Amino acid sequence: MGEVVKVGMADLNIAKPPQTIRTSGLGSCVGIILYDEKVNVSGMAHIMLPNSSYARAGVLNRAKYADTAINDLMDILSKEGVAKYRIKAKIAGGAQMFKFSSNNEAMRIGPRNVEAVKQILEKLKIPIIYEDVGGSSGRTIEFDPMTGLLEIRTVNKGVVQV
Amino acid sequence: MIDLSKIGAQYLDILREVGNIGAGNAATALSQMLNKTIDMNVPAVRVVPFKEIGDTVGGEEAVVAAVFLLIEGDAPGNMFFMLPVNEASRFIQQLTGDPSIDFSDEPLNEMASSALNEVGNILAGSYLSALSDFTKLNLQPTPPAIAVDMTTAILSFGLVELSRAGDYAIVIDTEINEKNNDDTIRSKGHFFLLPDPDSLNKILQALGVPLDG
Repeated sequence: MGEVVKVGMADLNIAKPPQTIRTSGLGSCVGIILYDEKVNVSGMAHIMLPNSSYARAGVLNRAKYADTAINDLMDILSKEGVAKYRIKAKIAGGAQMFKFSSNNEAMRIGPRNVEAVKQILEKLKIPIIYEDVGGSSGRTIEFDPMTGLLEIRTVNKGVVQV
Repeated sequence: MIDLSKIGAQYLDILREVGNIGAGNAATALSQMLNKTIDMNVPAVRVVPFKEIGDTVGGEEAVVAAVFLLIEGDAPGNMFFMLPVNEASRFIQQLTGDPSIDFSDEPLNEMASSALNEVGNILAGSYLSALSDFTKLNLQPTPPAIAVDMTTAILSFGLVELSRAGDYAIVIDTEINEKNNDDTIRSKGHFFLLPDPDSLNKILQALGVPLDG
């Protein structure tokens, strides 16, 4: 068993075999995996907000926003010898954990995160190989850079590998 | 904007006192509902980086039943009432007299979820009204919503507004305990208050101790 690289909320990191990379408890957040099957280096980001323009002030944590996180992850991966044209993506998360009758915009953050991630990946011409998004369940995900398999765990549906 | 990671200990003490007043009121309401002695600890007030927020309640993936309410009014924020799933089931069984209630069922029993919603409503209401009296701020809870899921997935939902301003949350965490007949204590759950960034200063200002700068 290799070491598990942990990615926290508003955090990103990379993993190489025999490591796997994992993030826990994705709610409205989205987990993005960028991987290259030839070099076997993978990156994962756990984003909270769609766009860095949401930031109010102070120092920007670039790993928190879909746009800056994906950009930074691409940069890190390319330094690891990953070719941009080979990069593929798997994404999970963006749930709406609670259903409110009130029309609060913050409640729709999950779907908005997913939309933003898809737009950015499309712009970068990165194909999304698998997505498990939306719904109302939290997800824990773990990716194996060696096999390209993503394990998704939810409270009610157990574990699936894709 | 306040840098939460640098907030002084004296302010945390004041917030602890504020939380204590709210929790005391909520404990009384809960004790009456269950006809049992329910204690709430003096709240812990912590500044927690997002990365570690799951650790505050029994691990990131611990499954909890949660009631979530938004606080509206002068000092907006989020409120969570969280119980481990088995405690939530036991709790609502006692309250409704229906022993078949189980919060790990999917989909959720409607009776069970509306009972838990109501509990959350009463607790939040009594907590906030004590807070309101004390600070003279107008604070209203929205109707509650419920979810059974992983702790981090649930809490992250309350961090959206906070996350626009920084990477830390100020968590006013009250542990809820039940005293058994033999005087032993068992932990039942948590009551979280997550004030929005600007609300913190409003609460402190209302108490006559605004943050510097």
